[in-house]
Amino acid sequence: MSTEMKKNSQIFQDSNNTYYPEDELQVSSVVKELYKKKQPTELIGTSSKSFIGNKIQSAKKLSLSKLSGIIEYLPEELYIKVKANTPIEVVEKELEKNNQELAFEPIDFGFIESGKSNKGTIAGHLSCNFAGSRRFKVGSIRDHILGFRGVNGKGDIIKSGGTVVKNVTGYDLSKLVTGSFGTLVALTEITLKVLPKKKSSNTITINTDDKKLVNELFEKISSSSSEVSGAVYIPEEPKDESYDHNKEMVFKFNDLENKGSFVALRIDGDKISIDEKIKTLTDELELNKLNTTILDVHQSTPFWIKINNLELFTQTKNNLLRVVIPPSQGKKLMQYLDNKYKYYIDWCGSLYWIEVQSKKNAKVGEIKNLIKELGGYLTVIKTSNEYDYEETIFTVDDTRLLISEKIKKSFDPKRIFNPGKMYRGI
Amino acid sequence: MSELVLPKINKETISKKEYIFKNLAKIINPENVLSHADEIKPYETDALAAYTQTPLAVVMPENTEEVSNILKFCHKENIKVVPRGAGTGLSGGALPLNDAILLSLGKFNKIIEIDFENKCVVTQPGVTNLGITHAVQHKNFYYAPDPSSQLACSIGGNVAENSGGVHSLKYGTTTNNILGVEMVMMDGTICRIGGKTLDQEGYDLMGLICGSEGLLGVITEVTVKILKNPQIVKAALIGFPTIEEGGNATSEIIASGIVPAGMEIMDKVLIEATDNFSKAGYPRDAELLLIVELDGTESEVDELLKQVSSICKKNNCSSLKLSKNEKERLSFWAGRKAAFPACGAMAPDYYCMDGSIPRGKLTEALLEIKRLSEKYELPVANCFHAGDGNLHPLIMFDGSDKEQLRKTEEFGAEILKACVRLGGVITGEHGVGIEKRELMCEMFNNDDIQQQLDIKLSLDEKNLLNPGKVYPILRKCAEEGRVHVHRNEEKFPDLPRF
Repeated sequence: MSTEMKKNSQIFQDSNNTYYPEDELQVSSVVKELYKKKQPTELIGTSSKSFIGNKIQSAKKLSLSKLSGIIEYLPEELYIKVKANTPIEVVEKELEKNNQELAFEPIDFGFIESGKSNKGTIAGHLSCNFAGSRRFKVGSIRDHILGFRGVNGKGDIIKSGGTVVKNVTGYDLSKLVTGSFGTLVALTEITLKVLPKKKSSNTITINTDDKKLVNELFEKISSSSSEVSGAVYIPEEPKDESYDHNKEMVFKFNDLENKGSFVALRIDGDKISIDEKIKTLTDELELNKLNTTILDVHQSTPFWIKINNLELFTQTKNNLLRVVIPPSQGKKLMQYLDNKYKYYIDWCGSLYWIEVQSKKNAKVGEIKNLIKELGGYLTVIKTSNEYDYEETIFTVDDTRLLISEKIKKSFDPKRIFNPGKMYRGI
Repeated sequence: MSELVLPKINKETISKKEYIFKNLAKIINPENVLSHADEIKPYETDALAAYTQTPLAVVMPENTEEVSNILKFCHKENIKVVPRGAGTGLSGGALPLNDAILLSLGKFNKIIEIDFENKCVVTQPGVTNLGITHAVQHKNFYYAPDPSSQLACSIGGNVAENSGGVHSLKYGTTTNNILGVEMVMMDGTICRIGGKTLDQEGYDLMGLICGSEGLLGVITEVTVKILKNPQIVKAALIGFPTIEEGGNATSEIIASGIVPAGMEIMDKVLIEATDNFSKAGYPRDAELLLIVELDGTESEVDELLKQVSSICKKNNCSSLKLSKNEKERLSFWAGRKAAFPACGAMAPDYYCMDGSIPRGKLTEALLEIKRLSEKYELPVANCFHAGDGNLHPLIMFDGSDKEQLRKTEEFGAEILKACVRLGGVITGEHGVGIEKRELMCEMFNNDDIQQQLDIKLSLDEKNLLNPGKVYPILRKCAEEGRVHVHRNEEKFPDLPRF
């Protein structure tokens, strides 16, 4: 038995052919073995987001769930270094002690899958790069990753970045690895930038179903210096029975008229600056002419948690699409969606979450073509049972696909990690 | 200067020089192919003026298709290519090679589209950083990253170097402020990444390209995000009697939950030098000077300034001034922005270093630099982007004295190594280039570097695009790394460097 085999024999493997290495060295030795045998392997953490992406055909699984725990947290340095599969809640709880947070607002995908919270791990969020409502103001997950350590497809332990924000030493692999769905590196350690938590928040709601007005409001908000940190539009649900009509139940707040369509804007800060910002926005958006209310902090906070939990689509059996477009194309997309689809708009007009009935599977392709025309991209987040997979889950053009293939090869030459998860051949 | 190891010269390329010129003149307007010694002289160096190399020829394409055709030709003929923006880089990233074509993007100097609706500007890469802000400021918008060379540096170069600036603590560096790029790969493939949307799907190729120092592709178009001017900007100018107290105040400001738009530190040597130079009215009795700039709404800024003042008082500041108006705020910055020329006036030569450290290690770093200054018997002046721990120690020396030059080089390398020891990195914003190439192994081991080289080779399998930069050629840790300025004769003496 080779030394490596001996090492592996000490790494726990369950009856489902899943390895559970306990540290980075063990991850490295398992991967070296898999590399030697050219064994396709699915990388898993807590599987909270494993339903996203193409299905993987692999005999082996590599669970990184045991690589969990905070390594170093320096609040005054605005960073936290964790073992890659540390649960989001553990990190959030630790940051809370120092009034800090992950500013990109991690999305809780548990609700759409199982109806309850399942936030998953830091590595899982990094691998998907789906930021929450504050993204248009503070950047995406990739903008908050300062460095990582991990194991490439050959079993080599590699690192990039560090703990400081100003760093141009070598290629910025932290960005490349973020959003790569575990196809490049088995992550072992991640350093995240953290930011002070805002003292309080209020939410202005505007009841309207005038699509032109909605787009005008988004335009004015993004041109305002009043620092709105969340801007969504929740339209009335379509009558179609294949959609769950849960909007009124999800957004049940004392001060919110949740029957029709509405826009909601979040303003952060201390009380004085919130009041000041609301006053400025009232003038800029001519709110006096509109039907508005204000949700205080006790309603505002849970409102945005529900948004970032995607609770409108709780346990949906339909297809769920995540669409990002240039905000100026909003009018066209809203016109197309009309009241035929259940959807809502986030990121001040840039991000659309669209539910497509399972029976209208082919519509996904039609919407994707429209989104490409509009200069955006589409990701199928959840597929219905009837989904035929003819339509690819991600959007990509041929040139980028070719470059992506080359990059994949440089990390994982034998295509061991999550083969086909993103694209065929990668 | 230490002898610089460059990639082995391809004699075949040199021998078929005339054939190359002839073909390049077929691909682009022959007037845009420069090969005469007098014409190419100005391109021998970038702002790391200590190193010069004569390129085989300089080509100045006018559109993406021309760039693609040039690269296709060079790829086929195994000719090296060095891309160049405005040539303001401080780490030698655009240093030519004798057997390479220097590809200047100087003619890509037009803004293609200003799109206020999507809050972005689509521009050719040769447009200057400040040129973008100038194009949108009439509607109170601006482009956030503000490297000190913003008057002259090009946006394409900013992408290649992932340039930062004074305000990167709050607003990020180039990588956080671009939405899309068009680039041409070494084999001539034209690739568009991102666009006018937030984020992109699939591998973050934009994140990879940004800061890749011209090794992976040639940028031919950039889409940048523009921001609305903040409602109000105010600054505080604070003096401290000791380095420790100033350093502690800096850490405490960040720890208290304040994210300043900018936070700068200067030491005693620079306080005096810059005050002499720019008459900024700095507190000359202070050992350390801190400038804190805050932006936002009026009440927010006033409240934060109150907190900053109280933290500084608690840390025994010896003076504290808050800007009462825009004129006074700019006067606070006047001295800081004169730091580099002020150093040039104090000694025949200076080396500018660029390391990053955790903010909490500022005091330790300053004390270590002071110790090294005594050890090497060379004066040093320090200015820091304290908010994000980016140090620019300026070592003063006389370059005509060979022994002093040698000592300065050693001193510089020791500072960068100390940065790594303190948990930081060897370059915060100037890039690795040829300057800090040999220090890469202070931060990375062979496996780390091999992974980066594998990426390079996957996209440029013949290693023709900007070879010899960023990664150590011999994989050894030599002692190099600094900007050498002789008798204040910087390559761009009129550019403020801070």
